[in-house]
Formats: sequence, C-alpha cells, structure tokens
Amino acid sequence: MLINKLKLLCGLIGMIAALWPGFLLAAGEKAAAIVIVADTRGLTGLMKWWGSLYNESHAWFSALTVVLIPIIGVLFGVVADLIMSHMGIDLKSRELAEH
Amino acid sequence: MDWLYVHMPIAGVDIFWPGLIILGIGVGIIGGFFGMGGAWMVTPGLNILGFPMAFAIGTDIAHMAGKSLIATMRHGKFGNVDYRLGLIMLIGTVVGFEVGAQMVMWLERLGNVDLVVRYLYLILLAAIALLVFTDVAKKRRKEQEAKKAGVEDDKLATGIEWHKTLHKIKIPPMINFKEAGIYCSAWLPIFISFLTGWLAGILGIGGGLIRMPALIYLVGCPTHVAVGTDLFEVMISGLYGAATYTFKGRTELVAAIIMLVGASIGAQVGTVATKYIKGYGIRIAFGCAVIGCALSIILKLLAKGMPKYQAIFDNTSTALILGLVSAMSLYIFFQMIKGAKKEIADRKAK
Repeated sequence: MLINKLKLLCGLIGMIAALWPGFLLAAGEKAAAIVIVADTRGLTGLMKWWGSLYNESHAWFSALTVVLIPIIGVLFGVVADLIMSHMGIDLKSRELAEH
Repeated sequence: MDWLYVHMPIAGVDIFWPGLIILGIGVGIIGGFFGMGGAWMVTPGLNILGFPMAFAIGTDIAHMAGKSLIATMRHGKFGNVDYRLGLIMLIGTVVGFEVGAQMVMWLERLGNVDLVVRYLYLILLAAIALLVFTDVAKKRRKEQEAKKAGVEDDKLATGIEWHKTLHKIKIPPMINFKEAGIYCSAWLPIFISFLTGWLAGILGIGGGLIRMPALIYLVGCPTHVAVGTDLFEVMISGLYGAATYTFKGRTELVAAIIMLVGASIGAQVGTVATKYIKGYGIRIAFGCAVIGCALSIILKLLAKGMPKYQAIFDNTSTALILGLVSAMSLYIFFQMIKGAKKEIADRKAK
C-alpha cells in the first residue's frame, strides 16, 4: 500500500519536473494592451453602473463576470432541466453504445 | 421596432437581441452534442449582428463558459464526464496552449505567420475528417465481416483502435479512469492534451475540435464520454479565457447573458440528443462539421489570395458557417424530439 503511494508520488514528482520547462516557456512577454473606455453618458440604472464599473476597475469587472457567468449558467440549466423533466424525458440514464 | 434592439453598455452598439438568442440556441445544440465550444461558428455570427470584432471573441468565450457548464452538468448526470481524466488533461492542455501561444508570438517576430497558421489548420482539419470517415468505413467493414461469420459485434467496438496500442505503454503512475473505462499511464492523456493544447495555442482556437477526436482515437474514450469530458475542459478553459479577456476589457456581459438564454436551451437539447444517437452517429455528424469548418477556411484563404473577390468569398464563408450551424442544429433538434417522443411513448406503453 505504502509502496504504491510512494510510486504514485514519485510519478507525480517526475511529471511536474518534466512539465516545468513548459511553465517557464509560458512566462514570455505579452502583447501590448489597448485601452477601451465605455461611454456611459447616455446610460441609466444598472447599465450605467455596469459601464462605470468597467471604466473604474477591470479587475472588479472581470471578477464579477467570472462569478456571474457560472451562476447564470446554472440557473438557466436548472430551468431547462425542470422543463425537460416535466415533458417526461429521463435525464438520469443513457445507454452507452457506439453502434 | 426599437424594442428588438438592446444597447450594449461597453461596446456602445445596439444589437438585435433575438439574433443573439437564435445564435445561442444553434451553437448551444452543436456544442452540447459534439463537446466543443464552437468559437469558429459564433464569431462570424456576432460580426453579422454588428458586434465589434474587439468584443466578439471575449463575449463568445464568456457565453461558451456558461453554456459548457450547463452541458457538462447534464452530461455528468448521464455519466458521460470522466472528471479525473478531464482534470489530468487540463495540466497538459494549459501548458501546451501557453507554449503554442508563445511559439506563435516568437514566429510573428520572424515574419507573417497568419497564412502558415491557416494552412496548418486546414491540413489538420482534413486529417481529422479523413480519420473520422476512415474509422466509419473500417467499422462498417468489421460489422459486415462479423455478420457473415454469424458473430454479434460488441456494442463498444470501434473501427480504428490506436488507443489499444497506446494503452500498452505502462509508465507509472498507472491510472484507472472509471467513467471512460480506461486503465493507462497518466502520461498518455497528459502527453496527448499537451499536443492538442499546443496545436490549439498555435492555431488560436479553443481546441475542442482537436481534443474530441484525440480523446476517442488516442485516449480510447467511448464517443459519449469523449463529448462530456471535452465539455468539462471547455468549461474550465472557457472560464479562464473569460477572465483574461474580461480583464483586457474585451467582454460584453449583457450580450453573453442574452446568448446564454438561448444556449441554455440549446445545450440541453444537444446533450439530451446524445442519448438517442449512437456513438458512430455523433462521429459522422462531427466529421461533417469538420468538413464545413475546413471549407470556410478555404474560402477565407481564397479571399486573401484574390483581393478583388474578397467580399464574395468572405460573405460565402459566413453564409456557409451559419448555414451549417442551422442545418446541423435542426438535424440534432429533430433527432432529439424523435427520440424523446419514442421514450415517452415506450414508458406510457409499460
């Protein structure tokens, strides 16, 4: 049992050592960024707040986008699930066959 | 008809929102069915709707992350996602992608690589299409031979079996991938994902189009598991891509959310359709999608080669892609309806 775990650990260490040059190569110089500013003058309410957030902090804007996308995805997914289950489709099993 | 247009707060343009929903449904169906992000289909569609190119890619990736999440959830419940395999492959994909992207930047400093990249992409697509249809032909031959011999063929039997040779490489650590039904060296999926990630990085694509056949033919996943596991990877890389593009200020979340409304329905339809279509049905449809993608690239190359007819070739390419998306999503949709009807009728009969 312990030997198997040691083998697994050695294998993983070997794997990381072999992949390390890839990480170093990946740390090259990046392309120059172009700054785009959102025009919030004609916006109101939520849209204005969203546009202003974009102009003020791309970091917060990115963090919110990355959090919102999965949440919205899950919400829409659950709704679509409910509709399909209501139609009577079995959404929990399938037959694995190639032909 | 102003109500049919929604103002994009960041890009500053008015977009026809039903178009975004229809596009979302189409690519959602295809993505859920084949296990790919489908950036090559979405970007021309967003362009037609009047989206500035600077925001088209970021918005596409953001919606792709959400859509893949929905499809992965559904595939996961069907048992089509091998999370262990997906996570291991992620290591190779990320490293390979970054190495490929850095390589392109290095090549760009030497000269214009755009044309070389397009030719490379074309060769790769032709090879994938050839591989898929050779496999289908080989499988049919095997079936006929089995029929003649009076033997029943295994349900999971395939035409091309390269993975069996690759599974003989026993370099530790050896890992058992339960859902995929594979026992092999962890190095095999890492090496293959590095290779597919590297190619995706060079070509500047998400990689689902390459990873899906690689999972089938080299790793040895059953088609349905390849689709689900690939989507799991698309979901994670999509979230990472959405974060980086958004940080660069290139994502229009409002458009991504509108597209997600359609994509959430489409992804479910595409995923559920895999329940009613056998592995080789998915492979044949995938081969056709690859041919369509290759044809659109040929048209783009012709447009570059003959500037006089550029508009004609570019428009034909866009029409071809959108036509392909419509035809394939309609085919998958009707197959899903047919299968669901039969399933419901069978259950009622019991």
